[in-house]
Amino acid sequence: MEIKKTVMLGALVTGTLAAGVAMAAEQFIGLPSYRVGAYAAGGSGIFGGWIDYMNLINERDGGVGGVKLVYEECETEYNNARGVECYERMKNKGETGNSMFSPLSTGITYSVLDKVPDDKIPLVTIGYGRTDAADGRVFPWVFPLITTYWSQATTMIKYIESKEGELKGKKIVLLYHDSAYGKEPHAVLDKMAAAKGFEVTKIAVAHPGNEQQSQWLQIRQIRPDWVILWGWGVMNPTALKAAAKTGFSRAKMLGVWWSGAEEDTIPAGSAAKGFTAAGFNVAGAEYPVIKDIKKHVYGKDKGNMEDESRVGSVYYNRGVVHGIIAVEAIRKAQEKFGQGKALTGEQVRWGYENLDIDDKRLAELGAAGFMPALKTSCMDHEGSGKVKYQTWDGAKWKVVTDWIDADKQLVRGMIEESAAKYAQEKGITPRDCSKEM
Amino acid sequence: MFYREAGQFKPSYEADQQIFPIIQDRVGIAIIIAFAALVVPMIASEYWLNSILVPVLIFSLAAIGLNILTGYAGQLSLGSAAFMAVGAFGAYNFMLRIDGMPFLVALVLGGLAAAAVGVVFGLPSLRIKGFYLAVATLAAQFFIVWALVKFPWFSNHSTSGVITAQDIVILGFAFDGPVAKYLLTLAIVIVLALMAKNLVRTSTGRSWMAVRDMDVAAEVIGIRPMRTKLIAFAVSSFYCGVAGGLYAFTYLGTVEPEGFNLDLSFRILFMIIIGGVGSIMGSFLGAAFIVLLPIFMNVMMHGLLGDYISASFGSNLELMIFGGLIIFFLIVEPHGLARLWQIGKEKLRLWPFPH
Repeated sequence: MEIKKTVMLGALVTGTLAAGVAMAAEQFIGLPSYRVGAYAAGGSGIFGGWIDYMNLINERDGGVGGVKLVYEECETEYNNARGVECYERMKNKGETGNSMFSPLSTGITYSVLDKVPDDKIPLVTIGYGRTDAADGRVFPWVFPLITTYWSQATTMIKYIESKEGELKGKKIVLLYHDSAYGKEPHAVLDKMAAAKGFEVTKIAVAHPGNEQQSQWLQIRQIRPDWVILWGWGVMNPTALKAAAKTGFSRAKMLGVWWSGAEEDTIPAGSAAKGFTAAGFNVAGAEYPVIKDIKKHVYGKDKGNMEDESRVGSVYYNRGVVHGIIAVEAIRKAQEKFGQGKALTGEQVRWGYENLDIDDKRLAELGAAGFMPALKTSCMDHEGSGKVKYQTWDGAKWKVVTDWIDADKQLVRGMIEESAAKYAQEKGITPRDCSKEM
Repeated sequence: MFYREAGQFKPSYEADQQIFPIIQDRVGIAIIIAFAALVVPMIASEYWLNSILVPVLIFSLAAIGLNILTGYAGQLSLGSAAFMAVGAFGAYNFMLRIDGMPFLVALVLGGLAAAAVGVVFGLPSLRIKGFYLAVATLAAQFFIVWALVKFPWFSNHSTSGVITAQDIVILGFAFDGPVAKYLLTLAIVIVLALMAKNLVRTSTGRSWMAVRDMDVAAEVIGIRPMRTKLIAFAVSSFYCGVAGGLYAFTYLGTVEPEGFNLDLSFRILFMIIIGGVGSIMGSFLGAAFIVLLPIFMNVMMHGLLGDYISASFGSNLELMIFGGLIIFFLIVEPHGLARLWQIGKEKLRLWPFPH
């Protein structure tokens, strides 16, 4: 759309010269966002952050390698069928088609999983989606980047271990959203419980989770040492309030990264104080990258967030992480396929597979400590597995740990096993990574 | 002038009992089918086939299913999406667990599984009516989705409860492209829609309508309410089940139980309310309306107006306009789009001499 304006303006001012302006290369990114419905807080924050970061790159650097990033949003309402429609609608837009697809919904991820290899569009699912897609041999087009639910579950146990010392004989309750998402950590926790000798009780909360009386009664009877909160949306503040009512210490509650945003704790009021949650990005507006966004994007009144105070919140920063990774993937792909022109989805995929955002690069990007270093390969589409833990002090999230590594050995084994099963079911021959360039 | 039945005599019972007794209707339907089967695949892009036409056809089928139950037999149901889930997971499991299972047979078996489940959840309809029955079918909605998540056997022990539909191969021909999938869906939907159209004119269909209009009176004239209602539940769930199977196999390819949530049930209910309760034609119109309108508005809001309004405002505006249009249509024509069509036909019959 931006280009249309440019063309019209150019045509008015300089007549025929306008054509030259319009020829500047543009990389199209289709954004299947959701800004209405139960999960609008997450959708508007993350896509807002992502868009702001792309605008920062356009405004400050003039695009990536001279190529402007252009985007279009498509409202999915977090609905699978709508997500598929958005995917199909956007896939041939722009000069070279859609360069990546990040639906921010596990359901939509599954719905387009089989389509992306045919359409040659990388499916980037950061912190959600299909865990075993981390095996890049079976899923060349899918990138569950930074970390997966299984990795996260292992870091949670590590965190608890660091607090408790010895886990033998301890009781841990997993309070989970009764859905595919909530069931993700079950197998991992069972394995770790067997290995470390703790006891895990899984208690389901029916969607949407605004009624948890009986679950907390059960928790009171079990008297667990820790409660892991694997929630989503309204379930999170409800759990925190119910814990306060039951008298269960919030300091002994550990949240998943979809339980650890301002939108989860502020509605719970004082009950949220002391609650700790995981995150593959941290909250805060003091990072240089966020300051740059404020200066270059909001300073020019081009910000996407309607409520500017959300800039620097957990969801917003998660969106910035999406933006950083997308831009770095394009940059990487440009190194191989050439600058100054729009890349195809296939070329961008190569960029995603060869990402190497180390601490030095993160510092250059103004994001040191903001997100973990990331290095992907043909084998490993996860790339990091690290998370930080943040505690809610009643007003904001405070980082309390350094990056905690996942139990790679355990998770990787399970990923390969599950991916091999999928490959067999679908008749996929896994790629030979030694032959990939 | 063009649409009139004067002069069309029916010399035999067969001619009188045809599905479409008027020749203009027969020709019209034949043209529509020919257009959909021959012209559409040539002119429609992949986007249109995959994400617009196929879902409209599938939801039409689900709406026919609900229309049989609610529109013809008068039993309000909020469990359509759950019956679709049974059909989808049923077809998947039949394909998975029985070697060499042909796709069409699996689809029908999935539909039959849905029919069986539908009969079980239809049992309360013998005692409770109206809104109370809606609540009982709501139980089906929640129970079935819960069961599919709870018992990993249904999803072949996939950690996330998500199933991936197998490839469709019929008599050695692989239905993998958008055109092939569209044509397959179209063929199944046409056959089942014609069957439904026929079914509602048989003694079964008439007994449904008798029960709908007044079940005591129906009982007095010798219609067994239990049998009638349960058949309605079975047939309706069968249609929903087949629609669910198609939803998994020809549309999305990968489905999760949560995809078949209450929201979807409501949407199917809106389809028959907008399209016309108690009309097969209305099921198609309603499905098209409910599927296409949000997409159309989304294109408007984010594509054309995207530069001028913020994305959040646009998305919320879409919902408001959508809701407003539904209310508008219900005020202007409470009997649905099918009624408008009927009025149009009556007007055509008199045209150009309305007096």
